[in-house]
Amino acid sequence: MTDATQSGPMLAADGTPLKKSLARSLRRRKLRALALIAPLLLFVLLSFVVPIVSMLFRSVENGIVAQTLPLTVVELQNWDAESGELPDEALYAAFTKDMIAAIEAKEHTKLGTRLNYEQTGMSSMFRKSGRKIKRLDPEADAPFKEKLIEIHDGWGDVDTWRVIKTHAVPITNGYFLNAVDMRRTPEGAQAQPEDKRILIKLFGRTLFMSLIITGSCILLAYPISYLLANLPMRVSNMLMILVLLPFWTSLLVRTSAWKVMLQQQGVINETLVWLGLVADDARLVIINNQFGTIIAMTHILLPFMILPMYSVMQTIPPYYTRAAKSMGATNWTTFWRIYFPQSIPGIGAGSILVFILAIGYYITPEIVGGTKGVFISNRIAYHISSSLNWGLAAALGTILLAVVLLLYWCYDKIVGIDNVKLG
Amino acid sequence: MKVTKTTLMAGAIVAVAGAASAEEMTIVSWGGAYSKSQLKAYHEPYSEKTGVTILNDDSSAEAVAKLRAMNEAGNVTWDVVDVVAADAIRLCDEGLALEIDFDTQLAPAPDGTSASDDFGDLLVSDCFIPQIVYSTTFGYRTDLVGDNPPSDICAVFDLETYPGKRSLEKRPINNMEWALLCDGVAKDDVYDVLATPEGQDQALAKLGTIKDNVVWWSAGADTPQLLADGEVIMGSTYNGRLFSVIEEQKQPVAMLWDAQVFDLDGWIIPAGLSEERQKRALDYIMFATDTQRLADQAKYISYGPARASSAPLVGQHADLGIDMAPHMPTDPENAKNTFLYNYEFWADYRDDIDAKFQAWLAQ
Repeated sequence: MTDATQSGPMLAADGTPLKKSLARSLRRRKLRALALIAPLLLFVLLSFVVPIVSMLFRSVENGIVAQTLPLTVVELQNWDAESGELPDEALYAAFTKDMIAAIEAKEHTKLGTRLNYEQTGMSSMFRKSGRKIKRLDPEADAPFKEKLIEIHDGWGDVDTWRVIKTHAVPITNGYFLNAVDMRRTPEGAQAQPEDKRILIKLFGRTLFMSLIITGSCILLAYPISYLLANLPMRVSNMLMILVLLPFWTSLLVRTSAWKVMLQQQGVINETLVWLGLVADDARLVIINNQFGTIIAMTHILLPFMILPMYSVMQTIPPYYTRAAKSMGATNWTTFWRIYFPQSIPGIGAGSILVFILAIGYYITPEIVGGTKGVFISNRIAYHISSSLNWGLAAALGTILLAVVLLLYWCYDKIVGIDNVKLG
Repeated sequence: MKVTKTTLMAGAIVAVAGAASAEEMTIVSWGGAYSKSQLKAYHEPYSEKTGVTILNDDSSAEAVAKLRAMNEAGNVTWDVVDVVAADAIRLCDEGLALEIDFDTQLAPAPDGTSASDDFGDLLVSDCFIPQIVYSTTFGYRTDLVGDNPPSDICAVFDLETYPGKRSLEKRPINNMEWALLCDGVAKDDVYDVLATPEGQDQALAKLGTIKDNVVWWSAGADTPQLLADGEVIMGSTYNGRLFSVIEEQKQPVAMLWDAQVFDLDGWIIPAGLSEERQKRALDYIMFATDTQRLADQAKYISYGPARASSAPLVGQHADLGIDMAPHMPTDPENAKNTFLYNYEFWADYRDDIDAKFQAWLAQ
């Protein structure tokens, strides 16, 4: 009885308040758990998060101008880009000094490549001028304005200095503007000329076609998964092998096989002509366009839809449908009201997998997509490996990542992410 | 007992690997028939002479991006890289390739001519050692053109005489030049015209007249396959690929050499190699680009050697036994009307025109 009347917090055996003691032991357990997963966490951080973040950071990083031309950038602050007049001798002297140092370090051509993304001609201007500026003496050869303009008349063009000034910022929005068909100019962000706009269109096309591919995967995979889950073991195993066999075959082999099938002198067209369904001079064009990409990618991504659907359908107990039928439901009602709702988590999981894979696909559209069936990833690949404009590639990648996360969020709001099951 | 054995073996493997790495070099090239020709003409004789093991890596198509990534990571694993001249110029600009002193680091011609004179105008970059001259040109199906085989580049744009599909590379380079040439622009003015927005529009408009009949390729093997399947009546690709379709696979295909565009392929040495590896790479280059070696390569593939002194030494194909000289893009009979890839122009205009070209393609 005395215990009940005792005031103050409840105490543990060692006299500390129970609440505190509990919190401490919980914290200790959490730390132990954290220590156990620490290697994995570290691995994910080092091999996944750090590289991705550093790649994404390139989409805004632009230190090259200020690092290569430090004195020039300071002098450019004093020059009014709107005046329409060339900068004064002080800037040309600073620029010559910067260039001589840059040529020594072989940095000037890098800068030329960077600025050539913004204004055509910069690349050769820096390369050619470099050979001559190298021979100038920063003290004895002053003044430089005339000499530089003589070396390359580009240095006498106001636009050259405007471009350098515009892109002298260490953190730039220029790449992101380029990624949405705009550009950074002295007057602020402006739209690209009409004949160079392509990226927004490609983003739209990528999303649209990925949705179609996901949709056609659902339509094709659903009956197959149903059969896999409901046929007798012996037959369904056979069927499973037929699903997995292409899954194990090289992506390139499967894509090239589609080429043989779909081209105008290919298997499908030959058969149709032989059957007399299509005239010889009016063969179907079913490759090197959007149709080709959709067919080939649907085929390639189909297993990613079938496998989650199948594993979910396998867990649907057969007695629900039997019960529904015993109470008088028609076949359709049984399917639509009882079976289908239980299979939705599989559709959800498959759709997310297929859609996310499709949106980043690159090799299949490149081979069978022609001109109208290519994706934004083909452009990213071009800028990574061909034009070396990694800043723009990173900006495009960042936007793609943001779009995927946004769609994922929408999916969570509409369908609910806890409604997704892989089995 | 078992444990000791395993340890011993592991030790032995480590020792072998250690010894091997001292005598190993990684050479990057394009793969396929081209790498095979290099293996026969350069790698095998070099290994025999020096005992160095040569590892092949078929990554030339991504060489620029990969070298840049390796350089940023501070771990360049390649010793010698085969790239096209345009890529070599960019690698040199980016500081990713070693500058070469041609006269001291390359072998002179047998008659004593210095290397820089022997290569002549083909030395387009300070970092680039040319190896072969290849050309991008057209092949056509002899059975689909009737008794009026094309002899003029403008046949590509002539849908009336030569109906059917054509294959063109999915990039502006070369296509824009051919379009202007067939739209009445004089050969000497092509790049002046192409430097203006109006000229670019003109070229695209000319290409637009055949756009619906073009299959755009991105891999060099596409056109040969399309020609062999009869998918296209004519198509552009590298002349060596057409040689193999015509002479090795005996397909009904012939070459249209008119307005072929010469390009160069050759070696660069990555910047930032250790002193020992750089020395070995330079030694390999000295050996592999001498007059005889360059002429030897032409036994295996129909690309012209880049040295003037190698041309008279070009003999017969090693397996087919046919004379290789008439199949060289540089043969006088084939080289009546040619272009040389304008490196300077495309280094500047590539990104700009490519954006326009891709936007035009997507329309």
